[in-house]
Amino acid sequence: MREKATTLYLGPQHPGITGNMMIKLKVEGDTVVKAETHVGYLHRGFEKLMERRNWLQSFTIVCRICVPEPDPNELNYSRAVEEIEGRAVPERAEWIRTMMMELSRLASYLLWFGGQNGSSGLYTMPQWSVGDRDYILDLFEELTGGRVYHMYIWPGGVRRDLPDGFADKVLQTMDYLEKRLKKYDDLMFANTIFQKRAQGIGWIDPKKAVEWGVVGPPLRAAGIKSDVRIDDPYLIYDKLDFEVPTQTGSDVWSRALIRRFEFEQSISMVRQCIEKMPKGEVYNKIPNPMKWTIPAGDAYVKAESARGEFGYYVVSDGSDKPRRVHVKGPAYVHGVTLLERILVGANIADVSFIMNSLGTCPPEIER
Amino acid sequence: MAFFDIKGLVTPFTALTQLGKAPHTVTFPYHKKETAERYRGLHYNNLEECIGCGNCSTICMNEAIDMIHVDGVEGGKGDSGLRPRVDNGRCCWCALCVEVCPTGSLNLTKEYIYVTPDADAFLWTPGVSNPEGKEIISFNSSVETSLGMYNRIPMPELEGKERIKSFAEVMLYYSEKEAREEATRCISCGLCTEVCPAHMHIPEYINAIAKGDDNEAIKIIYDNNPLGELCGKVCTRRCEDVCAMQVRGDAVAIRWLKEYAVGRAETADIIKEIVNPEIKEPNGFKVGIVGAGPSGLTAGYYLALKGFDVTIYEANKYAGGMTMYGIPKYRLPMESLDKQIDYMKSIGVKIEFNTKVGKDITFDKIYNSHDAVFVGVGFQVPYKMGIKGEEAVGAFPAVNMLFDVNNGKTPDIGNKVVVIGGGNVAIDGARVSRRLGAEVTIMYRRRVVDMPADWEEIEGAEHEGVEIMPQTIPVEIITDENNKVKAIKYLKAEMVADDKGGRPRPVPIEGSETIMEVSSVIGAIGQEADYAFFTEEALKEIEINRGRMVVDENMMTGMKGVFAGGDAVNRTADAISAIADGYKACKAIEKMLIK
Repeated sequence: MREKATTLYLGPQHPGITGNMMIKLKVEGDTVVKAETHVGYLHRGFEKLMERRNWLQSFTIVCRICVPEPDPNELNYSRAVEEIEGRAVPERAEWIRTMMMELSRLASYLLWFGGQNGSSGLYTMPQWSVGDRDYILDLFEELTGGRVYHMYIWPGGVRRDLPDGFADKVLQTMDYLEKRLKKYDDLMFANTIFQKRAQGIGWIDPKKAVEWGVVGPPLRAAGIKSDVRIDDPYLIYDKLDFEVPTQTGSDVWSRALIRRFEFEQSISMVRQCIEKMPKGEVYNKIPNPMKWTIPAGDAYVKAESARGEFGYYVVSDGSDKPRRVHVKGPAYVHGVTLLERILVGANIADVSFIMNSLGTCPPEIER
Repeated sequence: MAFFDIKGLVTPFTALTQLGKAPHTVTFPYHKKETAERYRGLHYNNLEECIGCGNCSTICMNEAIDMIHVDGVEGGKGDSGLRPRVDNGRCCWCALCVEVCPTGSLNLTKEYIYVTPDADAFLWTPGVSNPEGKEIISFNSSVETSLGMYNRIPMPELEGKERIKSFAEVMLYYSEKEAREEATRCISCGLCTEVCPAHMHIPEYINAIAKGDDNEAIKIIYDNNPLGELCGKVCTRRCEDVCAMQVRGDAVAIRWLKEYAVGRAETADIIKEIVNPEIKEPNGFKVGIVGAGPSGLTAGYYLALKGFDVTIYEANKYAGGMTMYGIPKYRLPMESLDKQIDYMKSIGVKIEFNTKVGKDITFDKIYNSHDAVFVGVGFQVPYKMGIKGEEAVGAFPAVNMLFDVNNGKTPDIGNKVVVIGGGNVAIDGARVSRRLGAEVTIMYRRRVVDMPADWEEIEGAEHEGVEIMPQTIPVEIITDENNKVKAIKYLKAEMVADDKGGRPRPVPIEGSETIMEVSSVIGAIGQEADYAFFTEEALKEIEINRGRMVVDENMMTGMKGVFAGGDAVNRTADAISAIADGYKACKAIEKMLIK
């Protein structure tokens, strides 16, 4: 007998939702038959705000587009501006930027470890991983002056050089995280309960993944080796030794494994950055920011964020303010169009679990 | 994998081993987290270093900073007297305000906790609200990290050896690219406008230059200064002394930028086309102006624009006053002055040349035939040095020599010249003498740093091979049997601190008497005005104090309808003050006659 359908509103204030958004679920018994994503709860209009602020002021806005991982925004914005203006970036700054990107990936994955397990009831994991993330935030604080919003990568390079003794601290933190990863394995990846919950859930058809616009870990979990860092190398990724792991399961479990393996890769990359980083300037100074104009033109740049390919399209009309900044993040696809499809047929309890596995970030949908 | 994977069920319990470990958490409020060296916490502003330029307020993308009056901060030259106030409810601690602070007074501290039940208290004034912040400064800016552009674009100029061969202009002036770049350095704080005697719209025209709109810059300049090119070349530029950028670097080259802009208009016609001033219908009032110096010309220009019938009476063949006859042509070429004066004539200013008031026309006649009179006669009569031998052949004042040279004459100064004085006129006399082929020594009573001359002029003279002898007091000019200068006797002086707290005084050192053989002695120790043209009745009404006419706030003398300005009124004695006087007098005359 068919159950009577009911409507369930998950969010915008719900512990299982990553940020403020709402999923309107039509359920029959415990099974989702229709999912509708509703956003608009934290629209701050970043793109529009930038049209009224000058090129430097806008740089302080972009980090807010994604709270767990602000650095790709800073990087993309800066690279786009540099590309239009033709501003060179010192080599050391490129290395520091790469290190920042990988540290930011680590911090983002640590938060994700917490979110993924928080939504399945393994509450020890969020306490560990969010605590460990703070050690990376400590590094950020020391390097940039801010823990969450770094506002560090800006057009022309980075704001300040590494402080004394910073490299050692980074290496110590990497050693610590490597050690901790083994504990995570014991608690999470070797955990039968987690495995049983994650395997076969939230399946994305690998044949449709590219067509649907899936990127990042979910795409690599579907067996497609796609990563901006190797497909279209930026910064100094071509000088680093690293692998891009893939899985074939295309489910929550595969996506978790991808992040688990990339975590190791990122630790290795941060170490390589520290070892190989050349000496020199870190900043090619911009002119007086109040009179700084960028020649008319446009640029599209992309970077691999922890959630996948992250693009920025920036247009200048030759004035002191951006004419248009368009942010193309992975969350719109993952959090709206993809999520609505793959939730169909899932259990209510798995909705948050699946959502977390995609790494959805509502502020980025509503930039 | 079996459904009951025993290992996978047991392993997670190894997490229990963490139970005995101490927590990593900082237990606030018992312990407080130590923040990093660069932490971006609450603001601190060093109130003494801050100049109130407001750049922090301009850059703040959250509009969290406004500029307010603070008790105990007076302000003054180069200090607006305002200090930033931060709305901590809006601030996002991006620290761009720190990065653009030209003085480095604004910093962020290690403090990050601010709790208050009073919503208004979120508006706080860094440095006033937290004087203790000085001890915990963390995020700060140095000249290297700051976004301020502290280095001036160097001004191209002729080599010293080339310069003394002719009277060609020394400064080669900025190219378009250089000017745009230099203009970009300006942060538009407006401290310069405050000290400019004419209150020129400096940030506005610099902004126009930075944007590439030179015509707009010219228009803005002509709004309250009709002698922009003159000022662009020879202004004493007090604006640059207070420029926010000079606190930690070089002042913006305001004077050269002005020169760049007005220099784009190559002829009087082009100026007229660009400025395109609105000339009012004649209003029937007549204004007479004595002296075609900067103050008279300025008053004449703006009065003519307002529809007055203006006539300037000038004793000499050319207009410009001391800027024409006192400033050497390598600083201010004839063509430049001609162009500016032609433009004034083209909008209706009439100039009667070779008409000396008091000789060719009486002051009474001018007074009676005009509705108002403006007197801008300047300081033309040189002071005497008061030493023996001053009347000898070969001893003369610098202004007389400059007058002759600017009139196309070549005075015979011989091959060894001594110039006495430390002002701009002394430097002009020395540099002109170099160009006439003489070896030149400047004797000045005090130290080089005390010289009132422009530092760029002093440097220029040195590059051209002028020797400066500071702390030297001339005592006698020794002459030969034909009463011709033969040598100069001088004493060395030592600087003695003034008991009353004034600047150190030079005191002659006994027994330091030295004689130097010279062919000419040029005195440049100051000038005064000649008021002989005033009638006795006029002098009864016009008060003259220490050689200067006394005027009220409207530039009017004690005699109704007689206004005055320029060197003969104000103590600063420079062209820009004269221009400001002329502008002010124009407003006052308009107010008196029309409104």
